[in-house]
Amino acid sequence: MNQLLINSGFPWLNLLVGLPLAGALILLVFGKDTISRQLTLIITLVNALCTLPVLHGFDSSNTAFQFAHIYTWIPQLHINYTVGVDGISILLVALTTLVMPLCVLASWTYINKRITAFMVCLLVMESAMIGVFIALDFVLFYIFWEFMLIPMYLLIAIWGGPRKSYASIKFFLYTLAGSVLLLVAIIALYLHNGTFFIPAMMWREYGQLFQLLIFLAFFLAFAIKVPMFPFHTWLPAAHVEAPTAGSVLLASILLKMGTYGFLRFCLPITPDASMLLATPLLWLSIAGIIYGGCTALAQQDMKKLIAYSSVGHMGFVTLGIFVFNLHGLQGAMLQMLNHGITTGALFLCIGMIYERNHSRDLAKATGLGPYMPWFATFFTFFSLSAFAFPGTNSFIGEFLVLAGAFAHKPALALAAVPGALLAAAYMLRLLQKVIWGGVNNPDQSKLSDLGLREILVLAPLLLFVFWIGLGPQPFLDYMNPTLNELLQKLHEWQQGQQGMSLNWIF
Amino acid sequence: MNELQTATTIMEHSFLPIAVLIPLVGSLVVMLLKNNPNLREFTSFSASILLFAVVCSFIPALKKGVTLVYPVFHLLPGLSITLRADGFSMIFALVASSLWMIAVFYSMGYMRAHNEPKQTRFNACFALAIFGAIGVAFSDNLFTLYLFYEIVSICTYPLVAHHQDGESYEGARKYIIYLAGTAKLLLLPALALIYVLTGSLDFSHNISQGVFSANAPGWMVVMLYIFCLLGFAKNGIMPLHHWLPGAMVAPTPVSALLHAVAVVKVGVFSTTRVMLYIFGVDTMQQLNLGIPTAYFVGCTIILASVIALSKDNLKARLAYSTVSQLSYIIMGVALLTPHAIAGGLIHIVNHAFAKITLFFCAGAIFIAAHKKDISEMGGLGRTMPFTFGAFAVAALSMIGAPPVAGFVSKWYLLVGSMEAHQIGILLILIASTVLNAGYFVPVVYRGFFGKPPVGALEGGIREAPLSMLVPLLLAVAVSVLIGIYPNFMMQFVNMVTG
Repeated sequence: MNQLLINSGFPWLNLLVGLPLAGALILLVFGKDTISRQLTLIITLVNALCTLPVLHGFDSSNTAFQFAHIYTWIPQLHINYTVGVDGISILLVALTTLVMPLCVLASWTYINKRITAFMVCLLVMESAMIGVFIALDFVLFYIFWEFMLIPMYLLIAIWGGPRKSYASIKFFLYTLAGSVLLLVAIIALYLHNGTFFIPAMMWREYGQLFQLLIFLAFFLAFAIKVPMFPFHTWLPAAHVEAPTAGSVLLASILLKMGTYGFLRFCLPITPDASMLLATPLLWLSIAGIIYGGCTALAQQDMKKLIAYSSVGHMGFVTLGIFVFNLHGLQGAMLQMLNHGITTGALFLCIGMIYERNHSRDLAKATGLGPYMPWFATFFTFFSLSAFAFPGTNSFIGEFLVLAGAFAHKPALALAAVPGALLAAAYMLRLLQKVIWGGVNNPDQSKLSDLGLREILVLAPLLLFVFWIGLGPQPFLDYMNPTLNELLQKLHEWQQGQQGMSLNWIF
Repeated sequence: MNELQTATTIMEHSFLPIAVLIPLVGSLVVMLLKNNPNLREFTSFSASILLFAVVCSFIPALKKGVTLVYPVFHLLPGLSITLRADGFSMIFALVASSLWMIAVFYSMGYMRAHNEPKQTRFNACFALAIFGAIGVAFSDNLFTLYLFYEIVSICTYPLVAHHQDGESYEGARKYIIYLAGTAKLLLLPALALIYVLTGSLDFSHNISQGVFSANAPGWMVVMLYIFCLLGFAKNGIMPLHHWLPGAMVAPTPVSALLHAVAVVKVGVFSTTRVMLYIFGVDTMQQLNLGIPTAYFVGCTIILASVIALSKDNLKARLAYSTVSQLSYIIMGVALLTPHAIAGGLIHIVNHAFAKITLFFCAGAIFIAAHKKDISEMGGLGRTMPFTFGAFAVAALSMIGAPPVAGFVSKWYLLVGSMEAHQIGILLILIASTVLNAGYFVPVVYRGFFGKPPVGALEGGIREAPLSMLVPLLLAVAVSVLIGIYPNFMMQFVNMVTG
């Protein structure tokens, strides 16, 4: 198992997890509402900067887990603290550390009660989210996975909107229900392998029924997180009621954990079951794309609109994953990043409107364009990105996913295309209403345009919209070797096996 | 690829991105100068002159048989934003840049005479639309084309919705639904599928061979062809033409821009570019795509002309005339013979100058006499002789009478249809000529010889301001000029047909 790890000098990954946690502890003990914002901003910024050496030092020609560290934790149960990043996780870690300071800045004036507690929640969230992406020990992964629920629950339940208790409990129960079986699967895998080390569980000969059950347990947990249709019903409630920072974290990072789980666990640990169930999953993705699009088109609540659009966008990600070709996987990975950037930005924008007129109602936010030109500019670009305008980040992702789907089965890709159309429809509707409105717009002349802080929040995301949109190669370079290896092993596996069938059931 | 490169010399040219950037930068400067209308209009005008000069600077190299390219962004293997100037792009680029110069003056006159609000937004979006059009003209691959095509769709929305009343919002909604919808529903899958089939989205470098290999499944190529033909809905092919009359709510300079330059020409240019440089004449002949397309758009030619006959609103009549005339271009290319292709392509130019004149006249009549309906224009030609004179000449060009430009395209189209042995197409062309005369001649006749409506005041009406009159006379002069001396534009067409 050591050949999978490259030990390097400074434990950057531990720092990424530890720094926010330490910051949270310090805030908890010494924090005052007056300085906690500044302190949290500094911590998250430092964390973002600490991602740079990881990105810089990452050897993208190597498919092993890098920056890895292993510490014995509970030797009796073979549980270790093992962390490392590969081409799949490194970009998600970077996305997390990028989004965090923006979330802090976006909450600067929005949160005005229990500021310290809020910031502690954000820091704990950051620590747990990074932990999920870098954990290579299944117990460690599970701990981070569950740990994330608590601060997120608090974020919604304390600082949320009018129906916060309903939304937070629904969120908590759904996610928890999904992960109970995940724990069962982890234990079953441990009993089979005698280790919790994740790479050691991949590409193993498991019995067919065993694989299928493991896959289903994984699937439930991850599909709820993504969320895949029809497991999405927690999402609109949570998104809508959460404070801006909470919505952004949910959309940008938490949803990615589901698809990350598919890539990291389902494909390598249960390849047969994944291939067996790929077709229904693909059609489920299509259903999500269409359903999310149609529902988003009907919304009057701006946050709900973006929330349902997430269902559609994440449908493209799962579509890309389960076509099992390079274009599809690249597209899925890019789409994960893109969704994190674009949808996060859109939630930030909606939050900025909310801060001004205290409403999420689309009808009350019409005709902002002439009074908020800066906002209109940012909002236009993010909306264009959300419906995959060429030259923006989402286009590349969607295009690659579609190309992968065409290579897999043209009918599948053609079925996904109406989803792209729907995306254009609901985003242009939102954009048109917010910027232009109609003949009887409410009086918006009292609204002030974006301040410097708000521009600073949106500008980095806009930079990435065009960077990925016009030069995605550096991002693809990070993921390509890992994805190639994953595909190669998958194909070798497919050839080596008879393939799984359901014959033995019937 | 290597064989192709030996056939045509390809040279990198750093002026290409400058040409595309000029209107973009112009638009940004216009936005900054919102408090100084004169300086703002001066910026627009100087940008248009600069653009025209840069576009013209490509001509000597092209005459030597060189194709200019400039890679801007490399996205994925086979997917890049790359610019290209060849004979085909010059046809459109010259039209767009020269008409921009004329249109800047005209719209300044129109907007000021009419006291239109939001003139800065108008000018900025106007320049952005030209940015998109020039980008389309200089695209080297389908992705770049698609990018600029979409930019045109988005940037012309504010122009169509300019008046911000119920009617214009409705028209603009229809406009964006048709254009963005078809692009997403048909073009996006076409792009992805072509990328999967060929590994790239680059245009080929000659019109005979497309990008598809011989073993590409025929049904798939046919499907892609249909996607592309209908996906570029800016080309106004029926039944996806409804956005065009709907967009008539826009101010007249916008209608002129939409109908003559930026939007519809982007549509037909893209359609024909894809027909010739993605599918190629050989593939289209093999799969027997050309003649059915010609008959399909032939239906549009006849139907739209018949609808135009029934319209009393001058702009609506012109709109349906546009729908009809655009299909000439596609029909010519679809016939796949050298003369027919030449006729189709040169009609991009001829229609542009004639149609912008007609719209300018409609705007001038509206500003000077506040009349929109043809039935109210009796005798107006006697008080506005220049406007109606220009209208008459441009109408002749539309009908295809010598010595105006339209004759050249009609000549080539007729020859081409005979070369292709298509009597049906020939009949369509003749019928359409009669119909064209049917809906244009009455306008001119009524203007010069009709009786003024009862109760109209004779004295109050004069010619429109000079800033409108001069551009429209210039445009019609160009129409006559390229009718008498078609070789300047034909040299670019000949670069395409070889």
